[in-house]
Amino acid sequence: MAKIRGAVTIDEEKCKGCSLCVASCPADVLSLQPKEVNNRGYHYAFMSSPEKCIGCASCAMVCPDACIEVYRVKEP
Amino acid sequence: MDINDIIKPENRVYKRPALLNDTHMHYCPGCSHGVVHKLIAEILEEMNAEDKAIGVAPVGCAVFAYNYIDVDFIEAAHGRAPAVATAIKRLQPDKLVFTYQGDGDLAAIGTAETIHAANRGENIAIVFINNAIYGMTGGQMAPTTLLGMKTATTPYGRRADLNGYPLAISNLVAQLDGACYVTRQSVHTPAAVRKAKAAIRKAFENSMAGKGTSLVEIVSTCNSGWKLPPVQANEWMKEHMFEKYPIGDLKNV
Ligand SMILES: Cc1ncc(C[n+]2csc(CCOP(=O)(O)OP(=O)(O)O)c2C)c(N)n1
Ligand code: SF4
Ligand code: SF4
Ligand code: SF4
Repeated sequence: MAKIRGAVTIDEEKCKGCSLCVASCPADVLSLQPKEVNNRGYHYAFMSSPEKCIGCASCAMVCPDACIEVYRVKEP
Repeated sequence: MDINDIIKPENRVYKRPALLNDTHMHYCPGCSHGVVHKLIAEILEEMNAEDKAIGVAPVGCAVFAYNYIDVDFIEAAHGRAPAVATAIKRLQPDKLVFTYQGDGDLAAIGTAETIHAANRGENIAIVFINNAIYGMTGGQMAPTTLLGMKTATTPYGRRADLNGYPLAISNLVAQLDGACYVTRQSVHTPAAVRKAKAAIRKAFENSMAGKGTSLVEIVSTCNSGWKLPPVQANEWMKEHMFEKYPIGDLKNV
């Protein structure tokens, strides 16, 4: 069976580190940067386990700042 | 497969809506207002209503909605959005006219405008963000504040004997003959976001079809006013808000 692979891009400067995307991801892909902050001082979100992403867009749907875009492919 | 083989334009399945301006929104981290703005921008884009839509912004945290959603907007005085929307829609019946209002705006100072616009059956859509508090002014009690809920003006919790009862204004609006569609939604999970989007779209279509007044209440969080981190605020909302403000359609004719 073809495997679904996904990936997201996160607009680091728009991210406010609210963590709603982290909580809504069913595959534990996302985390907040533990030390790094953006220009506004927020610990922005990033893909800490990118290989687990299934491209479901749950994170993007709940993001209040529309930071996340989602990509999905069927791995041959 | 390398991540760069996945992140390509042809594989994109979710994008930032084109009608959401490329600017930083002033809302607190995790605020429901942002999610609902995004939904409105998505819907207007999908309906090709960019040049047809006219929004009416409230007084409250969403006072700058016109800076974020890239369609025509008018800023109404506090609570008066349904009256302003009435005039717009009557003068330009071919426009998609919607208001965007918080619970202080819609259910306190603007109660008369809300009730009478719906009772007249104005062909407008009302998007109602119920976070049970006055967010903008520092978290004071709203008519929608839950019993026992602590706010800046009810530091020991809202008391029925002193402060009256939480006002489920959507239930009142649903009683009115002019209201065609009244529903209560939320945006705390991906599934809820999808349903809220379908509800707002239906309300917008009703405005175009001239079916009467539609009201979409979004049970929301105000992390700053509630003094909770965003994820916990969602949990608190599920546990406490949905009891008084249950999700689902109140009227659909
Ligand atoms: C005529 C008038 N009265 C009072 C105010 C002060 N005021 C500004 S916003 C607001 C309430 C906002 O609460 P809500 O509508 O729930 O929106 P939120 O900020 O929670 O999104 C009040 C009372 C005002 N601006 N104008
Ligand atoms: S697209 Fe789905 S799996 Fe991938 S990060 Fe977002 S929520 Fe997680
Ligand atoms: S939901 Fe959006 S703003 Fe919040 S942490 Fe995730 S990317 Fe950042
Ligand atoms: S005060 Fe409340 S309603 Fe206003 S932006 Fe902050 S979280 Fe949102």
